[in-house]
Amino acid sequence: MGSLLSRLGLECGRKAVKEEERHLRANDRELNLSYKYSDNAIKTSKYNIFTFLPLNLFEQFQRLANAYFLFLLCLQSIPEVSSLPWYTTVVPLVLVLSMTMAKDGSDDMNRHRCDKQVNNRQVEVLVEGELQSEKWMDVQVGDIVKLENNQFVTADLLLLSSSEPLNLVYIETAELDGETNLKVKQALTVTGKLEDSVEKLANFNGEVRCEPPNNRLDKFTGTLTLKGETYSLDNERILLRGCTLRNTQWCFGLVIFGGPDTKLMQNCGRTTFKRTSIDRLMNVLVLSIFGFLMIMCLILAIGNGIWEYQEGSKFAAFLPKGVNAPFSAFLTFWSYVIILNTVVPISLYVSVEIIRLGNSFYINWDRKMYYPKNDTPAEARTTTLNEELGQIKYIFSDKTGTLTQNVMTFNKCSINGKAYGELLDFSGQRVEINEKTEKVDFSWNNLADPKFCFHDNSLVEVVREGNPEVQAFFRLLSLCHTVMPEEKKEGELYYQAQSPDEGALVTAARNFGFVFRSRTPESITVVEMGELVTYELLAVLDFNNVRKRMSVIVRSPEGKLTLYCKGADTIIFERLNPSCSNLTEVTTLHLNEFAGEGLRTLALAYKDIDPEYMEDWKLRHHVANTAMDEREEKLDALYEEIEKGLLLLGSTAVEDKLQDGVPQTIEQLSKADIKIWVLTGDKQETAENIGYSCNMLREEMNEVFIVSANTSEEVRKELQRKMTPDGTEEPTVKKSRSGLFCLQKTETVADEPVNGEYAMVINGHSLAFALEKDMEIELLRTACMCQTVICCRVTPLQKAQVVELVKKYKQAVTLAIGDGANDVSMIKAAHIGVGISGQEGMQAVLSSDYSFAQFRYLQRLLLVHGRWSYLRMCKFLRYFFYKNFTFTFVHFWYGFFCGFSAQTVFDEWFITLFNLVYTALPVLSLSLFDQDVNDWWSFQYPQLYTPGQLNQYFSKRAFVYTVLHSGYSSLVLFFIPWAAMYDTVRDDGKEIVDYQSFALLAQTCLLIAVSIQLGLDTHYWTAMNQFFLWGSLSVYFAVIFTMYSNGMFLTLTSSFPFIGTARNSLNQPNVWLTMLLTSVLCVLPVVAYRFLRILLWPTINDKVRGRGYKVRQDKVLPPTPRRVQARRTSTRRSGYAFSHAQGYGDLVTSGKFLRRTPKSRPALFSQTDSPLAQTHIVGYSHNTCLIFLYSFCCCDCCF
Amino acid sequence: MSQQDQKDHQGQQQPEPLPVHTTTIQKVRIMMKEELETTNRPDNTAFTQQRLPAWQPMLSAGIVIPGFVLIGLAFIGIGVALFITSQNITVLEKDYTGVETTSDCYKCSNPSDKNCTCKLEFSLSTLFEGPVFFYYGLSNYFQSQRSYGASKDEYQLSGDLDYFKTPISACSPYQYDANQNPIVPCGSLANSMFNDTFKLYQIVNGTKKLVPFDGKGIAWWTDYNIKYRNPSVTPLKNAFNGTVKPSFWSKPAYELDTSDPSNNGFVNQDFLVWMRRAALPDFRKLYRRITEGDYARGLPAGNYSLEIAYNYPVLSFGGRKKVVFSNVSWMGGKNQFLGIAYLVVGSLCVVMSMVMLIVYAKFKFPEDD
Repeated sequence: MGSLLSRLGLECGRKAVKEEERHLRANDRELNLSYKYSDNAIKTSKYNIFTFLPLNLFEQFQRLANAYFLFLLCLQSIPEVSSLPWYTTVVPLVLVLSMTMAKDGSDDMNRHRCDKQVNNRQVEVLVEGELQSEKWMDVQVGDIVKLENNQFVTADLLLLSSSEPLNLVYIETAELDGETNLKVKQALTVTGKLEDSVEKLANFNGEVRCEPPNNRLDKFTGTLTLKGETYSLDNERILLRGCTLRNTQWCFGLVIFGGPDTKLMQNCGRTTFKRTSIDRLMNVLVLSIFGFLMIMCLILAIGNGIWEYQEGSKFAAFLPKGVNAPFSAFLTFWSYVIILNTVVPISLYVSVEIIRLGNSFYINWDRKMYYPKNDTPAEARTTTLNEELGQIKYIFSDKTGTLTQNVMTFNKCSINGKAYGELLDFSGQRVEINEKTEKVDFSWNNLADPKFCFHDNSLVEVVREGNPEVQAFFRLLSLCHTVMPEEKKEGELYYQAQSPDEGALVTAARNFGFVFRSRTPESITVVEMGELVTYELLAVLDFNNVRKRMSVIVRSPEGKLTLYCKGADTIIFERLNPSCSNLTEVTTLHLNEFAGEGLRTLALAYKDIDPEYMEDWKLRHHVANTAMDEREEKLDALYEEIEKGLLLLGSTAVEDKLQDGVPQTIEQLSKADIKIWVLTGDKQETAENIGYSCNMLREEMNEVFIVSANTSEEVRKELQRKMTPDGTEEPTVKKSRSGLFCLQKTETVADEPVNGEYAMVINGHSLAFALEKDMEIELLRTACMCQTVICCRVTPLQKAQVVELVKKYKQAVTLAIGDGANDVSMIKAAHIGVGISGQEGMQAVLSSDYSFAQFRYLQRLLLVHGRWSYLRMCKFLRYFFYKNFTFTFVHFWYGFFCGFSAQTVFDEWFITLFNLVYTALPVLSLSLFDQDVNDWWSFQYPQLYTPGQLNQYFSKRAFVYTVLHSGYSSLVLFFIPWAAMYDTVRDDGKEIVDYQSFALLAQTCLLIAVSIQLGLDTHYWTAMNQFFLWGSLSVYFAVIFTMYSNGMFLTLTSSFPFIGTARNSLNQPNVWLTMLLTSVLCVLPVVAYRFLRILLWPTINDKVRGRGYKVRQDKVLPPTPRRVQARRTSTRRSGYAFSHAQGYGDLVTSGKFLRRTPKSRPALFSQTDSPLAQTHIVGYSHNTCLIFLYSFCCCDCCF
Repeated sequence: MSQQDQKDHQGQQQPEPLPVHTTTIQKVRIMMKEELETTNRPDNTAFTQQRLPAWQPMLSAGIVIPGFVLIGLAFIGIGVALFITSQNITVLEKDYTGVETTSDCYKCSNPSDKNCTCKLEFSLSTLFEGPVFFYYGLSNYFQSQRSYGASKDEYQLSGDLDYFKTPISACSPYQYDANQNPIVPCGSLANSMFNDTFKLYQIVNGTKKLVPFDGKGIAWWTDYNIKYRNPSVTPLKNAFNGTVKPSFWSKPAYELDTSDPSNNGFVNQDFLVWMRRAALPDFRKLYRRITEGDYARGLPAGNYSLEIAYNYPVLSFGGRKKVVFSNVSWMGGKNQFLGIAYLVVGSLCVVMSMVMLIVYAKFKFPEDD
């Protein structure tokens, strides 16, 4: 299949010859075309008008079931073999094929439309010295394109020049990952000089050599050769297809990868078709059923051979055709294959799809998963995975935007030993702050941000009174940051912050009267309580992960030199002037309080600097900055030297707002024995912090392992923790085989008992080692023994690897939930991907299977919809197999009484209509409406979820029980009528044991018995169930009386030979008594068994149902669910929590600090090979990786 | 079982299961405020919210145990009635295949012997209550064989003359004879029609007194009136021009009963009875009813002699032939099974209810978790 498709060129971005290195020259189409690189057109559609029918049919007949029915159809066309008329197979098969075809066709039409729309977008291209507007699909590698503000990036481009100073461009990835902050890219200075001069650009003939197309989003290596000089290129110079240009009037780029070669398209890959575990189980079962069918047919065929030999040959005088016994047996084998095909009827597959579709609609319709704030209902984007929602064992969750709202609010602060932000009522009790609480009025400050909320009026009062500490506090916040202001209209300020925390702090300062207005490389302009003040910016001592602090040195208009520093409290406290010790103690108390509420804290300090010392320091700084070796270390030492003897101002507390109900949801899910792993690109401290505020990490845990080592050996050592006294050294791995023909080898890491509660926090760097082949089992074992696992600073790829690891060794069903582009890989990797919708990013949603607006809806999706879907699907399958096996086995028994001649027991019409009409709707209504307990109880007892995880409702074992049950039923249903009718006659002495009457009796018994069994399986009798069940039975009787009527016989004599059978047979009391006996014998043992089982071995379900039943009888309302305590009252706090990676502080000040040479990069921005620097890149790329599916308009464009 | 409307419980009264961050009033207010912009809000119907009112039965002891007792008692009652009824039916069964050398029919069992007749004698000590039905029975005879059963032409048998000329292929090899003349009626089923004939005599004072047989009302009304029809050609013989009789038949279809046109051709009742093929390899078919004259009340006690024209070969395939005299009840012919099965199942139900009661007493449903 795959080979065929690729031959037809349907796979995106695979080339016949593997490209070793890409070489191209700007503005030289001839040369570039000679390499035959793909142009910028993309194709995601599968078919065209001519290939649709053959290809689609070909694909459809690859489904085992369809091929099987085609085969049956062929068999039926052989008159010697045909034991059933052709219409019994053709009708359902055509129905199924055409339905699927219609769906595939419309999907592909959408893809065509999407491709066309994207390919026809216009962009300005430099052709022969002129800018021309061209379609995207006509853009070639090596072309220079001009992008304007708010345009999509056409292809993967090398940024040449831009309108902004320092050749910066800002790009937005909001549509991809939901992050609103802009990312910055910078062109090489040498190309930046080209500016927007068409002439210069047209003469630009730089040659690029770079890596071949690949899907690594965060890396790019290549060189640009221009006028004999070679410049190295990295990811910083590349604009990837899929982002949008913002705040940049124009920029020019050189196309490096086009269309299918772009990193975006390389990443989209082939979406693997997700199948549920029930699907897989069903495949195995269907295959074993086929085996079973063959055995049955073989037995019957051998029986036929023997019969022909012993009886048939002597009976030959009466028989129509004499054939020899072996040949007759051969023909009979195939005849029985046709008759017994009802063990796997095609309607099974149709019904399964309908049930899944129905349950998907319930998800779409659920008002309790509808988020009114942005008008977003839940959406089941994949309609084939529902029952798997009831089997989830592991959840992998993103943090930002998923658990949290990705909104930072300045919540509290402590200034000079006094805490602000808490609201107390008259009795001194803390007041719960909610949307109704009165907000502080900032109308006195006409530059205030109207969206900012604060509830404590006292802080405003002190700041307006002119308290110097408070003013210094906010002055610091307005000066010490790397935020870029934007003032489109006078007084309307927008801040472009690299991290939302920083934005929140600067905004807070703005509202309290210290408005950061504008900046230049040398200065910062602030409006202080209405007064314009310009500070001279002398130095920015930027953030990084080791320093965990940031400082600025400014000169006030009065000429005072001050160093302002903000950073992690532990770091700041180490560097304080001893005189602050009292203040430090109080502030520590406040910090503990803040951290206890899950707030992110920073300590603020300042220091006045002696101008002479500053002169000296600046000189040394300049030397260090231009040093060729050990520049980092020298700079760090210098920074260390000056950031000393600080005076504490206070601390800030920023809330990384959790979404509503997150801790409660997590608690519910963990009660349902679902393990939640948080995989985040964020820093370790932030991740831990959120872990605590979500109640995933708790104080009372025995230990929280932190794995952050730098070598493979250390990681291994840290992973090998003993959590049980008698735990084994080596993880136990069970090897087994499963799947079709047992071809799949599976290895399972067994769960091990743990004494106590543990948690693990592992960072991306260690994870990279731990995910190596030789250590992954170790990792998994330790991780699975922990209650909580948090992986921080992980790349999108690692997220997917972790999911794959669990999938591979745990054989458990996994769910990944996220909102951004960085989650796409894990969403695709997990069995079920859930996207958080309603935010700006659509990326995750587009590749997800389910989407909704709030994390807390996950519990409803799993505990209610998932559970019900699983229950319904299992009930359906069990019942369906029961029904059809019973049906088929009766034929088997009849074989012994008809000379194994493949004579059907039932009327052919009954065989055609049994699954299609008589039993279709009751089963569907069972599997669309049934609930064992309602949603309220499902929440009350999350333990009800566990049977799904253990595959209890439908497994091979359950299947065997079903087969045994139907074996029993079929014995009853054949031999009771047989014995009851043996040698008997009607009450007027006429025939009643003729074939037609017997068929009618047997089929009526069967239908009644399976209908009662259905009733027994139904827990939730809606009017619909009653209607369909009784309706189907009445339809049956109506149909037989019609089909066996005179009129039908006279119209179509050969098709309705059963004339009069119903009339003659159903007026006999012994016929009805036989039906009663068979029904009771089929059903009562089941009732007795179930009754005793509930008494002797009650399951949680039985107990809950019993309770619900009692409650209903007593008319007492069930207890209300208790409110989960979300607050943490601990003293532990994270040392430093700030979502900030190394910023663009260097860019801010570069004009002053940097002597830019063409070859070397700015000092603070330098990219060394040290692991430290690597870590930054990882962290940063988390935000910038773009897996943008080029289109937002359609859902499954990428195949 | 509990019959309880669920609507009130599931719908309004239950508290919102999702945690509520703000106060409920406020939430409602927010929802009301935003009602206008909520175009995507799903409908609030019982169906879409899966809150359809429903009856949720439980297998509780109060239902199951009394239910079993009731069903058991009812079944025992039915069983007794069925058993007694069945016991009251008289059946007289005689094998005349002629396997035993002592049998009079032994001489006829050689298939080469044509037009053989044999006698079967029996005596009744009491009145065989009427109406008495006279059956012939065949065993190990597979009328249920698929190709055998399919080997007939419904159109031909409903009098369609086109199919007289060209019978359907399912009849093959009894479709055409060696000279390519169509066989009417075609097919194995018709060809193999049972052709032994019987005459019953009561020996009254040494003389044979013929017991009158009624051969008219023995087939289904629908078969006789609708399913099988002669072509509307008079005389019937003309319709069969150019056709041949089935090879096993001694006379053509239009001569099956020359005395009565309404019992001739395809609507001959013996033919109809044969054509209603049996479901099981052992079967009996109604041959005649004894309803007339002195025998309307039944066969009086005395000696009887049954004269058999032995034509039909069964020994070749190990089959047996028998004659059966039987009367019937409201539940049809004699069949002990149904009565006994009801008695057994009924008793089992009662026993089972005892067992369940004991188990229930010991392991009551746990009150709490």
